[in-house]
Amino acid sequence: MKCRFLLVIVLGLQLTACSTDPWVKPYERSHFADPIMSFSRDPVSESYTSHIYQAREGARGAESSEGGGCGCN
Amino acid sequence: MNTSFLGKKCKKRIFVSHAAIRLVSIILITMSGLLPLVAAVLPEDRADALYHSYDGGGIDVSGPSILLRKMLGKYNSVMAKYYVDSISSASIDVITTASPYSERRTEKTIGLTSVKDATTMNLSYTTSTENDYDAKTAHVSFSHDMFGDLTTVTLGYSRGWDDVGSSINPALSKDADRQSYRLGLSQILTRNSIVGLDIETVTDEGFLNNPYRSVRYLDPTSALGYSYEPELYPRTRTSNAIAIRSLYYLPYRASINGEYRFYTDSWEINAHTFGLSYTHPLKNNWILDLRYRYYTQSHADFYNDLFPFQQAQNFLARDKELSSFNDQTIGFGISFEFTPQSWQSIDKGSLNLKYDHIRFNYDDFRNLTVVSTPGEEPTYSFSADTVQLFLSIWY
Repeated sequence: MKCRFLLVIVLGLQLTACSTDPWVKPYERSHFADPIMSFSRDPVSESYTSHIYQAREGARGAESSEGGGCGCN
Repeated sequence: MNTSFLGKKCKKRIFVSHAAIRLVSIILITMSGLLPLVAAVLPEDRADALYHSYDGGGIDVSGPSILLRKMLGKYNSVMAKYYVDSISSASIDVITTASPYSERRTEKTIGLTSVKDATTMNLSYTTSTENDYDAKTAHVSFSHDMFGDLTTVTLGYSRGWDDVGSSINPALSKDADRQSYRLGLSQILTRNSIVGLDIETVTDEGFLNNPYRSVRYLDPTSALGYSYEPELYPRTRTSNAIAIRSLYYLPYRASINGEYRFYTDSWEINAHTFGLSYTHPLKNNWILDLRYRYYTQSHADFYNDLFPFQQAQNFLARDKELSSFNDQTIGFGISFEFTPQSWQSIDKGSLNLKYDHIRFNYDDFRNLTVVSTPGEEPTYSFSADTVQLFLSIWY
């Protein structure tokens, strides 16, 4: 039942998406092309930083970058 | 061990897996109707060579990391990553219950990114090898740009297979399986701001202990007043995390980034993470980054610094990562961007230095290097410094 409800929502979003007029026009998005507006400007560094915290904190998941491995000690 | 508890957990997890697969299928099938509208972009060709160093709490970890990414035609990009941790440990756990040691962890990843109209697919496979721990992880994710490219939705799934061993007990060979489901949403709000929402559920099943760690319990027959016995963790763990991030472009070409994450899991650990960073381009192609991060968590329900007697409960832990604690990070980064005129094949490069100072304060993990009445030792705290030096090349 939940899946059917979700299907209706997603189909509705799909129909509205076809006619969406973006409120931020493509020519107004120059700031997002600037590297300082990236959530992960340096992937190798972000991955390392996530790994530092994953190995020493109880929480995991939903990081801006995915770490890896154990290195738990 | 309470096997009925495990049975219920397994059934619930299988049900959740089927529901999640059905959900992902429905969303992907319906999203395919949006494909002809816009076009996703492949990541840039780049190479990164990083040297990292961590020094704190009696642990030194350092090593290189190399990342290479290259487009193959118009629609595919491949990546390879190599990462090494060279570890020398004399941490508080090691010096109170074992002997200092050195080891090396090597991690290798290969990946493929493909774009088709407004959809991006990522596939990757990672192996991590230590003398006593092997881990393999497969990952797949789909991202789709919609609503005039203002919104990007990402669905991801990872599956991991770990083999746990022990250098002091060669006979130990245990498995742990891990699964992760991730939903991401990024939304351009205005011409100067973007927000991101990430939700991730992780399930673990198998041998989740650290085989070297022990718990302590009151023992009047011991000279110290306490003795040790091995830790024992539940064989399942399910966690949920939700994070919201925002980036704002300031009027004078600088950006400010704020983030918050809430975490909860079936071991009763609840955690909050707050982060704030500021990026400020300087003259002559220099970029300065400043950041602050605060993290706090409550302890696992089977954690105790000092148990009242041996085998006091079904599950036992005295791992400081499962205790109540907080940590704070303050750091900076400095980058210099350059464009080599003599090398035609290189578009640009950057040389980067990052430094972080982290302070850990434990609420219920006591410092046993100080001899006192059991349970009245001072709580433990330590500071760590991390350094990253790396060169990035775009070609």
